[in-house]
Amino acid sequence: MHITLLRVWMLAAVMLTTAQSGLAHEEAPSSSSPEATAIARGRELYMALGCYACHGTVGQGAAGTAPKLAPGTLPVQALIALVRNPPSQMPPYSPKVLSDAGLRDIHTFLSSMKD
Amino acid sequence: MSEDGTQLDRRRFLSSAMGFGASTGLAALTPDHSLGAEQQSKPTSRLAEPTSAQLQYETGDLPAEDGRFIDNPMSDHMVDVLKSVGIEYITTNPGSAFRGLHESIINYGGNRAPELLTCLHEEICVGMGHGYAKVAGKPLAALVHGTVGLQHAAMSVYNAWCDRVPVLLLAGNHLDATHRKGWVHWNHAVQDAGALLRDCTKWDDAPASLPHFSESMVRACRVATTPPMAPVLMVVDGDMQEKPLTGTAPPIPRLALPSFPQGDAAAIDQAATLLVNAQDPLLVVGRAVRSARGMQDLIELAELLQIPVIDRRARMNFPTTHYLNQTERGRSLLLEADVILGIELVDVFGTFNRFSDVPGAHAQRAISEQAKVITLGVDGLHKANYQDFQRYASVDLEILGDGETTLRPLIEAVRARLSKAARNRAHARIAQLRELHAQAREEALEQARLGWNAQPVSIPRLCADLWQEIRHHDWALVSDTSFQGDWPFRLWDFDKHYQFIGGSGGAGMGYTAPAAIGAALAHRAHGRLAVSIQGDGDLMYVPGALWTAAHHRIPLLTVMHNNRAYHQEIMHVQRMAARRQRGIDRAHIGTVIDDPPIDYAALAASMGIWSEGPVSNPDDFLPALRRAIAVVKSGAPALIDIITQGR
Repeated sequence: MHITLLRVWMLAAVMLTTAQSGLAHEEAPSSSSPEATAIARGRELYMALGCYACHGTVGQGAAGTAPKLAPGTLPVQALIALVRNPPSQMPPYSPKVLSDAGLRDIHTFLSSMKD
Repeated sequence: MSEDGTQLDRRRFLSSAMGFGASTGLAALTPDHSLGAEQQSKPTSRLAEPTSAQLQYETGDLPAEDGRFIDNPMSDHMVDVLKSVGIEYITTNPGSAFRGLHESIINYGGNRAPELLTCLHEEICVGMGHGYAKVAGKPLAALVHGTVGLQHAAMSVYNAWCDRVPVLLLAGNHLDATHRKGWVHWNHAVQDAGALLRDCTKWDDAPASLPHFSESMVRACRVATTPPMAPVLMVVDGDMQEKPLTGTAPPIPRLALPSFPQGDAAAIDQAATLLVNAQDPLLVVGRAVRSARGMQDLIELAELLQIPVIDRRARMNFPTTHYLNQTERGRSLLLEADVILGIELVDVFGTFNRFSDVPGAHAQRAISEQAKVITLGVDGLHKANYQDFQRYASVDLEILGDGETTLRPLIEAVRARLSKAARNRAHARIAQLRELHAQAREEALEQARLGWNAQPVSIPRLCADLWQEIRHHDWALVSDTSFQGDWPFRLWDFDKHYQFIGGSGGAGMGYTAPAAIGAALAHRAHGRLAVSIQGDGDLMYVPGALWTAAHHRIPLLTVMHNNRAYHQEIMHVQRMAARRQRGIDRAHIGTVIDDPPIDYAALAASMGIWSEGPVSNPDDFLPALRRAIAVVKSGAPALIDIITQGR
């Protein structure tokens, strides 16, 4: 997968932001825990697949473009259903390009964002 | 290549070019790369010695005898005409087709009113005029080369056309083929210069005599500034500029601007009756306001009816601080309304219908089937080729007239029809509208907190910090807000007509920087702090605009919205890839501007602009902003490059 400088930089930025605004206030999962691994995978997918483009690098949304995804992330099944059959102008993302497992990781990543 | 297909010998080519140059006196001023450095250091050695007659002319009072010296060029009179119609500035990128007029402006006219402003591209010349006119309320002139200059200018002319903004285009041209001096004059000459832009100019002319020029220039100003306003083009013949004027100068007609067209009285009465009797009236405004009086009238009309207002933000129409500004609730208000008055809407159909970017989807009506739609506006600039006239919209009552001008009679017609019951009905709406307005402002603040510390910096954070610093000044936003999710309108207190000028009109990239600088030029006369939130992709169409701001000391605060991408296009490509179920991780190809990343602070600094950045930590933005504002308040432009979220 080709990842440009921007995307590498944005990944780093997300990690930094998460540390500053989210997990820093909680007890962060250890780096080797299954949750931490899922967060890392979810973050990588969120950036690589371009979710950040409309919803922002920390899921904050963009006025007039896309709703916020975090904090207050939808339950995972609701998120999957929305991505498969979005009610808005967001295109549907099929399992062919984004698996349920990947979506669960993205959900874990988004859920790790706190106020 | 030569005509017979063989390679033209370079030495022969250069020697023939030198011959042409020498005969026109240009050779000494043009570097000749076929010469060694030593020879180039002595360019004057190739000049012919001045004749005794020339020396006498230079040092004494002898008149010109053989046409080599001219006392009274016709272009001097052209400057008089420009002065008479009140043109204060002429943006230009120099070109030989108007060298006569150029010289007259700077010497005969003293380079004051009009003053030449040097631009590095014709698109900048016209873009500056676009922004300037929206603030100054009158056009400047853009002086460009025939053919090549007009072609460079074309995109910005189209933007001004779509935005209904007057710009006075002056294009040099050599019409008489027998007077053209070599191949470049032929390449730069055109039989019908107006044809290049006729689809997006309101009028053009190519005067054949000086009296003709005088009349047409005055007419051009009148045509451009009479609603619907638009760019006009005057082609100025090169020979005419350079010929001496014999006899007395032709008279210059007085520029008498007509009153603006006002809507028909019967139609106004009908509209007033509909609005007064409505249960849920709604006001939607596009390019409705251009003056303080216009905004005051719009507020008066809205308060009289206690009617919610949706501002489509093609201009600064209605204060964001006013409780009747219900723009954030636009979608539900459109659905609920039973009578809607649209004033100077850019796209009537698009205002009352919704489009969906879903395969097979059709436009859907965004208003009730029963709603009565009234439109008030002067727009009638329909030409066949460009389709900026938008999709045809059926309305119930169409009032042809200038929106701002028609507000007064409409107010009086409404006032005359307001029964006690209608007043009570209107009054009953106030409390809820106040509450909803306050709620929308609070929600905006709440939403702005999301991603507050994010890196890249969030757009709401950028706008919030910017507001914190500019609010204490007499400020004006001179860029559009659509790529920033309209956050300035959600967070800032817009309450003066000059605090916003809308967008490009034609959605042609390369608008923001030139228009912002032109607008800042007009604001400079009032000592206002002009602020532009500048997209990175947009700036790179016309980066040279920054030099003009520096060169002419035009104070403008530019804050880069640097998302290192054509971000909207990322979303478009992603949409395609998702629908086609392939490659959704590759939408960055062809859409991002990140490798290498562009250093906008260095770019600005290279052109003499104070700059800082790239700022990536949001906490570093405010201090940089304070330093930048101090520079702008001292009379110079400043730029801060800030790495931002996409939207």
